[in-house]
Amino acid sequence: MAELDAGSAHRDRPLSPHLQIYRPMLTMMMSIVHRITGAALYFGMLLIAWWLIAAASGPNAYANVEWFMGTLIGKLVLFGYTWALLHHMLGGIRHLIWDTIHGLGPADRELLTLATLIGSISLTVIIWVVGYLAVGGPR
Amino acid sequence: MTAPSHMRTPMRRVRGLGAAHSGTGHFWHQRVTSVAGIPLTIALLIVVVALVGRSHATVGQTLGSPLVAIVMLLFIINTAYHMWIGMQEIILDYVHDDKWKLLSLMANTFYVVIVAFASCFAILKMSFGV
Repeated sequence: MAELDAGSAHRDRPLSPHLQIYRPMLTMMMSIVHRITGAALYFGMLLIAWWLIAAASGPNAYANVEWFMGTLIGKLVLFGYTWALLHHMLGGIRHLIWDTIHGLGPADRELLTLATLIGSISLTVIIWVVGYLAVGGPR
Repeated sequence: MTAPSHMRTPMRRVRGLGAAHSGTGHFWHQRVTSVAGIPLTIALLIVVVALVGRSHATVGQTLGSPLVAIVMLLFIINTAYHMWIGMQEIILDYVHDDKWKLLSLMANTFYVVIVAFASCFAILKMSFGV
């Protein structure tokens, strides 16, 4: 084995390029979005817990949840939660496909990534249209 | 005869299960809970959309009915474990100070256990009607 000379270990070496060097690409943007949506859903779980606890507590507690979800901020939070949930789910499916060593080619990976973005936005709109107009909404 | 130190291979580290001493267990569990999470998340969305705007009595009755309650309990437990691993991964990536790392890892566990327990308790209360 070649011996390292004592000095070379501490010599200034070129560092590998980091985030600010790279041109933003869809796959890397969606990678960080996957983590951000995951972290958002982590705290969004409080909404589900609040909803369930209020429903179990009684009509007054449940009325508070309904009131908040009816406000503009409540609707925005809920809309964002829906999108984050769907985006994280579709992004997760994409990662599961990648785990099988499929879809990693230059064209495939871009296509898969674009599909998760378009898919999550479309599905969110569809669910809200169905939920608000057809099934749910005030009644 | 013992092998000279430079002949040690990465296998030695693998057998020692790495710095976390637990190998790839969490990686695999995150995959399992993500697969389980797909149908459970779809089920959650259906339940929520179906209950939007309904009266408190209807919501309580539906969430307490066995099929919905079982699916919701599975969603909560599966998601709780998935997000516990996920947040731990985020903490280990970004928090380098030992004190803050330990505190945030603990806070992660407390938060997940409390949220999951409270949600499950609410579902069970509606199911058993007490």
